[in-house]
Amino acid sequence: MYSVFGYIAVMAAVTYLIRMIPLVLLKKEITNTWVKSFLFYVPYVTLAVMTFPAILEATDSLISGAAALLVAVVLAYRGKSLIQVAAAACAAVFVLELFLVR
Amino acid sequence: MSDRSIQFRSGIVDGIPIALGYLAVSFTFGIMAGDAGLSVAEAVVLSFTNLTSAGQFAGLGVMQAEASFAEMALTQLVINLRYCLMSCSLSQKLSPKMPFFHRFLIAYGVTDEIFGVSVCREGTLSPWYSYGLISAAVPGWTIGTLLGAVSGNLLPQRLLSALSVALYGMFLAVILPPARENKVLMGIILVSMAASLLFAAVPVLSGISSGFKIIILTVLIAGGAAFLFPVKEEKTDV
Repeated sequence: MYSVFGYIAVMAAVTYLIRMIPLVLLKKEITNTWVKSFLFYVPYVTLAVMTFPAILEATDSLISGAAALLVAVVLAYRGKSLIQVAAAACAAVFVLELFLVR
Repeated sequence: MSDRSIQFRSGIVDGIPIALGYLAVSFTFGIMAGDAGLSVAEAVVLSFTNLTSAGQFAGLGVMQAEASFAEMALTQLVINLRYCLMSCSLSQKLSPKMPFFHRFLIAYGVTDEIFGVSVCREGTLSPWYSYGLISAAVPGWTIGTLLGAVSGNLLPQRLLSALSVALYGMFLAVILPPARENKVLMGIILVSMAASLLFAAVPVLSGISSGFKIIILTVLIAGGAAFLFPVKEEKTDV
């Protein structure tokens, strides 16, 4: 039987090291075109993969999740700020679920 | 106003949607931590020191199984390995002239959300912008955990459901605007979403953990795109 704080310390240490080591080691600008391009594309792939289809399952109803997706895509495409897009998506879910979910 | 405080303030503003989204997720985490037998203090310290969703949820399971520290370390490594990829990408946004200690502090805040918002900023990344994001996001994550652990009924389900899309809305606000003028980026986003759907729908693939799914698809799609559409020097800041 281990202490909970022991587990927490192990978790925090491993997670921090994973985040810290590349930031500290990769000090110079990478010049290799492929690596550079790869790292440039990374966030677009990770964020797209995380968003879809997860957004459809995040809420209490598939329809409200789909509505949030639609609202967010339209506003984001028009270049609205992070907070505007996020707030509008939340509002769409909240209003729709007043009707959809008891 | 100095450049530092401008950067810090805009980090705070962009961090607000992150904080709201975190509130919903960490609230659920607080409830589950309580169910797993953790005290309120343990749950809050866990959230404050780890600042990661999937890793923390998995950690609860490892604790309940009373597994060894080595197993815990391995589980966290596998689930959180995607941060390694993100830190590599983020390292290229930092000025080589920036004092070195900032890297140790920024590292604490490399979450999916903070990474996504900061890496798509134009030009080099100011550490003060990161600190602004962290200053908004960490309280959201920690307080949400506290509320969930203290009282699971404090926030109505209706509100939690609505807040749960905040992070996704934010992700779309990060990736879509640059894709408007860049067909390659738009193609990458669409291919990524289609592949992600495939991974969710196909029986064998859907068994893969979300952390690994992100790593596999990122290496394949970003790697393939880098091969097919290498970014030219003047376009790196698009």
